[in-house]
Amino acid sequence: MSNLLDLLIAGLATGAIYAIVAVGFTLLWQTSQTINFAQGEFVMLPAFLMLAAMHAGAPFWLAIIFGMLLSMLLLGLGFKMLLVDPMLRHGVLPLAIATMALAIGLKEAVKQFFSAEASPFPSIVPAGDISILGRQVALQSVGVLALAIAAVVGLTALLNRTSIGHQMQATAQNPVVARIIGIPVERMILLTFLINAFLVALASLLITPIYLAKFSSGEVLGQAAFIAAIVGGFNQVRGAIAGGLLIGVVDNLAAAYVSTQYRAAVPMVLLILIILLRPQGLLGRAEERTV
Amino acid sequence: MSALKRYWRVALGMVVIAALIIAPMYLNRYGLFILSQWAVMTIAATGLNLTLGYAGQVSLAQGAFVGIGAYAAAIMTANGMPLIAGLGVAIVLCFAIGWILGYPALRVQHHYLAFVTLAFSTLAFLVFRNESWLTNGIYGISNIPRPTILGYPTNRPLPFYYVCLGSLALVSLATWWLIRSPWGRAFVALRENPVRALSLGIDTRRYTLMAFAIGSALGGVAGTLYAPLTQYIDPVPFNLSLSLDLLMMVIVGGSGFFFGPFLGAMIAVLLPEWLRFTQGYYLMIYAVAVILLLIYSPTGILGILDRYLTERRTKAASALRAVAKSGLEPAP
Amino acid sequence: MKSGILAGILLATMTAGAALAQSGAPIKLANVAELSGGGATVGTNWKNGIDLAIEEINAKGGVLGRKLEVTHADSQSNPGVARAQVQKALDGEPYVLLGPGYSGSVKVTAPLAAEAGIAQIMGGEAAELTQGGNKFLFRTSFGQQSSMPKVAKYINDEVKAKSVAIVWVNNDFGRGGRDVITKELAKYNIKVAADLSTEAGQADFAADVSKIKGAAPDAVFVYLNEEESARILKELKRQGVTVPLIGETTLVGQKVVELAGDAANGARGHVGLTTDAPVDLIKAFREKFSKKYNYVPDHNGIKGYLAIYMIKATTEKMGKVDSKAFADNLHGLTIKATSEPGILMDATFDQNGDIDRQGFLVEIVDGKQVIKQVLPKLN
Repeated sequence: MSNLLDLLIAGLATGAIYAIVAVGFTLLWQTSQTINFAQGEFVMLPAFLMLAAMHAGAPFWLAIIFGMLLSMLLLGLGFKMLLVDPMLRHGVLPLAIATMALAIGLKEAVKQFFSAEASPFPSIVPAGDISILGRQVALQSVGVLALAIAAVVGLTALLNRTSIGHQMQATAQNPVVARIIGIPVERMILLTFLINAFLVALASLLITPIYLAKFSSGEVLGQAAFIAAIVGGFNQVRGAIAGGLLIGVVDNLAAAYVSTQYRAAVPMVLLILIILLRPQGLLGRAEERTV
Repeated sequence: MSALKRYWRVALGMVVIAALIIAPMYLNRYGLFILSQWAVMTIAATGLNLTLGYAGQVSLAQGAFVGIGAYAAAIMTANGMPLIAGLGVAIVLCFAIGWILGYPALRVQHHYLAFVTLAFSTLAFLVFRNESWLTNGIYGISNIPRPTILGYPTNRPLPFYYVCLGSLALVSLATWWLIRSPWGRAFVALRENPVRALSLGIDTRRYTLMAFAIGSALGGVAGTLYAPLTQYIDPVPFNLSLSLDLLMMVIVGGSGFFFGPFLGAMIAVLLPEWLRFTQGYYLMIYAVAVILLLIYSPTGILGILDRYLTERRTKAASALRAVAKSGLEPAP
Repeated sequence: MKSGILAGILLATMTAGAALAQSGAPIKLANVAELSGGGATVGTNWKNGIDLAIEEINAKGGVLGRKLEVTHADSQSNPGVARAQVQKALDGEPYVLLGPGYSGSVKVTAPLAAEAGIAQIMGGEAAELTQGGNKFLFRTSFGQQSSMPKVAKYINDEVKAKSVAIVWVNNDFGRGGRDVITKELAKYNIKVAADLSTEAGQADFAADVSKIKGAAPDAVFVYLNEEESARILKELKRQGVTVPLIGETTLVGQKVVELAGDAANGARGHVGLTTDAPVDLIKAFREKFSKKYNYVPDHNGIKGYLAIYMIKATTEKMGKVDSKAFADNLHGLTIKATSEPGILMDATFDQNGDIDRQGFLVEIVDGKQVIKQVLPKLN
């Protein structure tokens, strides 16, 4: 039993990482039908921007600010204007493929211009463990979990309580009508891209001390987050969080009680079952059939 | 004029086919290997083009089907059976799995097939890796023999290239026939307007399933060639990234165009090789090239050509109309 | 008449060209390695080691007065691509082929090099690679068939464990090591208490460690890549596992210590090649490498470096650049560090292409690798 508790806590901590990354997936999908296959690489990159700043002599806090701003510029504004805008009206698939190519490009660029080696990354949460219910839990994991919760609370508040949030929701639900009633649809879409860039940079900051700064660290993360987003329902922020936590926990339980060799299979089977039984995802809304 | 264009097209086709047959005689072993790889990938991408380009369904498991085909070929030929038996098993297996996967997924909605195939892709990789009794696990299967066809061994690179090219030709002819058949027209009807297709009495689910299953079977065919081509297989090359690569080939070449996969596979297989002179930068440049191409023409390479031809046709038509109009106008 | 003169000139230039090839023209080497994809870290270290060695040798006038020249090709960590690139390299008729590092890629390319009669010096560590009677394949490090018996002996003699939990990464490296150690442990009647496969890139080892705890072994054998080793060490500490942790180069390397911090303390293992070895030549190598590339190399960096010095020593022994005779001459050759400092430690190559040299048993104490025992060269 105590064993199970250990697994649950660790699973939630890993799941929280997936959740933060998955939130971005759902945001981009909701407002602009963008499936970003480079989302994992988007998490990998900011850590390197921060490391580069530190190599140039900047203190850690300055490097964080620099990394965050540059991420929002490159992965938010740049991504939207250079890649999404020209391709969006041609449907989901060409854009998705272009983001795949982007993922290759980002990985290669980091490997070529930075290093193929994994680098350690300083943690803003102090290293060390705290005791929860008699278990030793890494402070870093607690930090990630807290951030995931803060992200969903913050985003929900933004979407439901503020005027900008309402405009964003309207944009997500029906851009045509939103435009007619005078919502600056373009600006709202740009805002979601900036929020996504901010989230991935934040995730990068929290995750990299655990995952290490390495050009390939986005691969596992991106795929897990994508699956989390589907499981949770592609069109709900809450769903993405639930999906992420669920995948993290299920993965650990599978390794402990099913088979370590097939641990990756269990979330996949879960995915198939959810699609068959509840196709809109755990917390997603059913999408209307578009004809 | 249209007859002349047709004539040119046939001539161009002949030149390309002749080049594919004759030029390799002067290539070194490396060139032959790469060209054979191109032919194999074109077959797999042609299958995916059927699923995606003609029936409008996204499959993220084409790489897994290539893997199933490769393992079928490797396991059977390693046990002394001929490659053709492996081919048979691969086709039947991939078709059946495609059907079983697609059946429940298509019951629900459009993009769910993509998600189910994504999950399947990971599951297939795990089975390849973990079921060592069958697949020899992560160690892989070595020394896969190349077939002897009509008493003629194809061990050398050139004969085996002709095996790949011949297979590509057969697959292309079969696909060409399929697309022109009532089935193929039903596939296109599905993609263009599923509701109308349904109201016209087309059993949409059955046809979509059929397109997906046939496309998957072609993935299996490509796999049965891949195994004797590299003569060694392990699970890693058949993971999700191969499926994504194949998807990229179809989109980049021009999804829904018959020759799209040919050009797409060329970009994916040959372009990185051409760019290798840039050393460490070649994959980066390749990625940027693909992105730029897609930004310029989201409908792929053949999309550019198509757009150009349509433009010319419209121009020609309006010119004709102008002439006709001036002809109709009463002389002053 | 005219054509006779022309033929004469042609003949003269050709012989001149041949003579030039004999003396001054560079010796061409071809390297095919994992420069992108899952093995990029391995391949990049290997490549950098090669480049460093070649730079040094050329600065001192080359081999037999001829410069070395290498081409690098990326196998994308994919056996199919590796095959194409090795074919391309062989079409260019190199003096010696270097790489690849992944055992699968070695398996697919070794027959091609053997067929061309060109020696292949590679980084793969799977036991079976040198057991197929290939006369052209050479290792740069211990194969698992020679390192694992030493680990098993250590577990039996020194740790005196009766049961061991094995944690391995499920790729060809991890699986190979796991299979050999399982066989070796059986020879001592040591029980495998838990047999845990993990994924490359895995971040969360809570489930694996809780299984280890459940199995209550006398020792844990950890066979993962450096980054995952660091993560599992942290998790083992967190869950309070105190039994001896034993591994190989990838558990007790400096990189792991750097990444795992004090969780690495107490980890011990067998190390074939380490940049922390108490050997002056290796310390000097480490210094040069770090200066040129701004990071501390792992054992793959040393392997690439050694490969080039193996070529130099063999060629100088032959006294000529002869691709066909190369493999024969490297078989049975002992290269002494006193006469060829680039080899770092005395090494002997047997008839299978396996390497024999000193090894070390080390333990991490206060974040430093401490050599507990030097395992001598066998012969």
